[in-house]
Amino acid sequence: MSRRTIRNLLVALGLIGSATVYASCSRAGASRVGDTSDAAQRVYVSPGKYDEFYAFLSGGFDGQVGVYGLPSGRLLKHVPVFSQHTENGWGYSEQTKAMLVTSYGPVPWDDAHHPQLSQTKGVPDGRWLFINGNNTPRIARLDLTRFETEEILEIPNSAGNHSSPFVTENNEYVVAGTRFSVPAPQRDVSIERYKEDFSGVLTFVRVDSATGHMAIAFQIRLPAFDYDLSHSGKGPSHGWTFFTSYNSEQGNSKLEVSASQNDKDYIAAINWQQAERCVGQNKASSEPARYAHNLVGEDGIARTEWGASVKMLTADACPGMVYFLPTPKSPHGVDVDPTGEFIVAGGKLATVIPVHSFRKMQKAIADKAFSGDSHGIPVLKYEATLAGEVQNPGMGPLHTEFDGKGNAYTSMFLSSEIVKWRLEDFKVLDRAPTYYSIGHLMIPGGDTRRPYGKYVLALNKITKDRYLPTGPELTQSAQLYDISGDRMKLLLDFPTIGEPHYAQALPAEMIKSKQMRMYPIMGNKDPYAVTSEMKTKVERKGRVVHVTMTSVRSHFMPDKIEGIQVGDSVFFHLTNLEQDWDVPHGFAVTGANNSELLMMPGQTRTIVWVPQRVGVFPFYCTDFCSALHQEMQGYVRVSPRGSNVRLAWNTPGAPQPGLAMADDDHEDHENGKGDHQ
Amino acid sequence: MTRTSRIVVALAALLLLLLYVTPLWRIELHAPQYPEGLGLRIWVDQIAGANPNDLNSINGLNHYIGMHAIEPDDFPELRLMPWLLGGLIAGGLLVALIGRRGPLYAWLQLIALGAVAGLVDFYRWGYAYGHELDEHAAIKVPGMSYQPPLIGSKQLLNFEASSWPDLGAWIAALTLAIGLTVAVLEYRRARVRSAARRAPVRRVAATAIA
Repeated sequence: MSRRTIRNLLVALGLIGSATVYASCSRAGASRVGDTSDAAQRVYVSPGKYDEFYAFLSGGFDGQVGVYGLPSGRLLKHVPVFSQHTENGWGYSEQTKAMLVTSYGPVPWDDAHHPQLSQTKGVPDGRWLFINGNNTPRIARLDLTRFETEEILEIPNSAGNHSSPFVTENNEYVVAGTRFSVPAPQRDVSIERYKEDFSGVLTFVRVDSATGHMAIAFQIRLPAFDYDLSHSGKGPSHGWTFFTSYNSEQGNSKLEVSASQNDKDYIAAINWQQAERCVGQNKASSEPARYAHNLVGEDGIARTEWGASVKMLTADACPGMVYFLPTPKSPHGVDVDPTGEFIVAGGKLATVIPVHSFRKMQKAIADKAFSGDSHGIPVLKYEATLAGEVQNPGMGPLHTEFDGKGNAYTSMFLSSEIVKWRLEDFKVLDRAPTYYSIGHLMIPGGDTRRPYGKYVLALNKITKDRYLPTGPELTQSAQLYDISGDRMKLLLDFPTIGEPHYAQALPAEMIKSKQMRMYPIMGNKDPYAVTSEMKTKVERKGRVVHVTMTSVRSHFMPDKIEGIQVGDSVFFHLTNLEQDWDVPHGFAVTGANNSELLMMPGQTRTIVWVPQRVGVFPFYCTDFCSALHQEMQGYVRVSPRGSNVRLAWNTPGAPQPGLAMADDDHEDHENGKGDHQ
Repeated sequence: MTRTSRIVVALAALLLLLLYVTPLWRIELHAPQYPEGLGLRIWVDQIAGANPNDLNSINGLNHYIGMHAIEPDDFPELRLMPWLLGGLIAGGLLVALIGRRGPLYAWLQLIALGAVAGLVDFYRWGYAYGHELDEHAAIKVPGMSYQPPLIGSKQLLNFEASSWPDLGAWIAALTLAIGLTVAVLEYRRARVRSAARRAPVRRVAATAIA
C-alpha cells in the first residue's frame, strides 16, 4: 500500500471520526461526549500493526465468541462454542460433534452470555476463557493457545444458566446459577406449585489448576427465585461468591409485573469455603443427576463422559454458607471492585446504585444483624451492609466495571449511557451516551484485581440509525471510550457478530507469543491420521466405508475412489499433511447433509457422507490454499447398492480405479487393462 | 616457526571445531506469502531447515516447479565432510607440532582447496536441482531454471532466494586468514634471517656504524 493510499485512508478515518463527533454532539451536546477530535488516531492501527488488547465478546444468542482487537475493533476470529459452525465443521465433524452432546441429546445451539478469563491471584492469566450456555445449561472452556473450545460441561438441576461462569480469583471454581427456578430434579408437577416444588440451584464447578478440566464439586439448593448474575469476591472477599436474584415474590407467570412488586430482592452471598467444609463433613446429600461432560482428548477427539450424581447442600445443612443481602428492585449485575471491598448491584428498576461493603457484611454476620429470614436463610439488615448509594445515577443500572483508579462505570440501559462515579464518595463524575441501550460494559481487566483502565467498551443491544440500514434485522454493536482522562471520550463504534453480551479483554502481549501455529503431524494421535500419502487407503466394513485421505498443496490422495454404494456411510478422514503456518485445507463433497471440513496443518478431521444417488461426485478443497487450489479436487464414484464394482482408489499400490473386476456396466476399459471375468 | 606462531596455528586449527556446531551456509527464501521467510542451513554433516518444518515446506513448494525433493540422505558429501574437517583440524595441530613452514603452506592450501571444492560442489548441486525438473511439473516457465545463486540474491518466481556464508564459513575464513598471516610473518622472518645469514658482515658493520 502506497504512502498516499495510507494518507487517504487516514483522512477517510478522520472524516468518519469527525462524523461521529458531529452525530454525538447533535444528539447529546458536545460537553457530554468530550473532545473526540483525535478519535481516529486513537483507534487507528496501521496495516500490519497489532492491537493492544485481545477482546473476547460473547456472541450472545449466536452461541459463539468473537475475538476482536482493541482499540481498532477489528474482528480477528469467530470461535464456535455452543453453536454448530459450518465454516470449519465445528459440531458436524466426528471429532467435534460430541462437544454439543447434552442429556437432551445433541443441542446444536446455545445462548452464550458471559466470557470469563481464567485468573491467577485475581488477574487474568491468559490460559483459558470460560463461557456459559444459557439455554441448555452448560459451561465451556476455550484454550487460548488455539482459540478453540476444548471442554463443555452440562449443569444439571439448572435452567437458564445465566449467573455464570464468573471465576474465583485462582480459578478454584467457575459457578453456575439458575435464572429460572425449576423442579430439581425435574418431575411432573403443576406450575402452580412453584413455591412448594421449585428450587433455585447454584453450582460450583472445580477447575483443575493444571489442565483446566472442569468437574461439578457441589450444588446449593436455594429458594425458587431467579438467580440472575454473579461475581466472585477477590482479595479480602475471596472465598465468597455473590449472586443477584429477582422474583423474591416467587411469581410463576407474567413476571414483568409479578416479580416487580417487592422493594427489595436479594443478593445471595455464598461462602464457598464454608460450603467446602460442609462437603468435607459429609453434610451434602448425594443426588442422582445425569449430565454430559464433553472433553477434547489428546488425540483431538471430543468424547462425552456421563455424570451420575451431584453433592447437594442446603442452607439448613450448612449454616454460615449463605446470607441474603436485601438489594433494591430486581438487581441484575453484581460486581466486586478491585479491592474486594465493595459489592455493587445494578437494581435495574432502582433509582439508586446500592453499594454493599464486604467488611460491614462480615460485621453484620458476626453481630447477627438480621432483619429476619427468607425460607430459613438469614436476611441481613440493608443498612448494616450498605456502604452507600449512588444517587440519581440514571435509569436502569445494570452492570459496573472498575478502572483501578477508584472509579466505577455503570451501564444504564434505559437512559442509554455510561455513568462514571467515585467509590470514595459515591458521587457521579461523568456520563456518556451510548447508541443504544447498553447492556454490559467492559474495561479490560475491569472485573479483576488489576484493571487496565484505559478503555471502556459499551456493548449495545440496539443500533437503529447508527449504520447503513439492513432491513428489519439490524446489527448489535460495541462502542469504545477512552477513560484515561477525567471525561469519557467516544472513540469508535463497530458492529459485532452476534449479540456482544458481555466481554473480557487482556493485553495482547500476554498470549500473543503463545499462539500455536500448527499441529505437529508426528504428534497427531487421531486413529485415522496418516503421516504420508502412501499410507492412505479405503476400507469397507459392511455398509461403512472409511476413506483415509491426505491433503497437501495442491492435491488429495487418493483423488479417485470407486466402489462406493448408495446408502453407504462414507467416513472421509482428512489429514492435512502441511507443516507450514496458515495453510489449512478444506474438504467438501456434493450433497453432504452436514458441512464442510477445515483441517489445520497437521490435523485430522472426519465428516460422514451418505450418498443418495448413483453417479460420480466431485470433492474439492474449499480453503484457497495455493496457486493450484482450483485443481485440488477429486471424484468419488457411487454405484447402486449391491453393485460389484470393487473398491478402488489411486494410492500407489492400491487396487486402481478402472481395473474393474466383474464390472458389469459397459465402460471403456482403456488399453485393455480391464480385467473381465 | 616461532613458539607463538605454533600456538596460533594450533588455536586456528582448533577454531575449526566450531564448524561441527555451526552451519556453514545459509539460503533464505522470501515471498509475499512468506514474510517470515523459509530457510535452509547447510552444516558440515546435514542440510536442515532454518526452522523445523522449513525443509518440508520448501520441498512442498518446489514440487510445483518439478524440482527434486531435497533429501539430506542424497548427499554423500555430508557423510564425508565431518571426516575431512577432522583431518584438517588434525593436520593443523600436526603443523603446529612440527613447527615448519612447508607443512603450514600445505595445510593452508588444503583449507583453501576444501573451500573451493565445497563451493564447486554446492554449485553443481544447485545447478542440478535448478535444472533437472520434472517435465510434468505444474508450473513450467519456458527458459526458466531455478538454480539458487552461489552467493548473493536472485528472484525465482515469487521467491527471492539469497545465499550467503553462515557463521561456519566465516570461522573457516578466519582460520584461513590467521594461517595466512602466520605464514606471511614466518615467511618474512625466514627471509630476514636468511638475508642475515647471507650478509653477516654488512649487518655487523651496520650495527657498528649505528
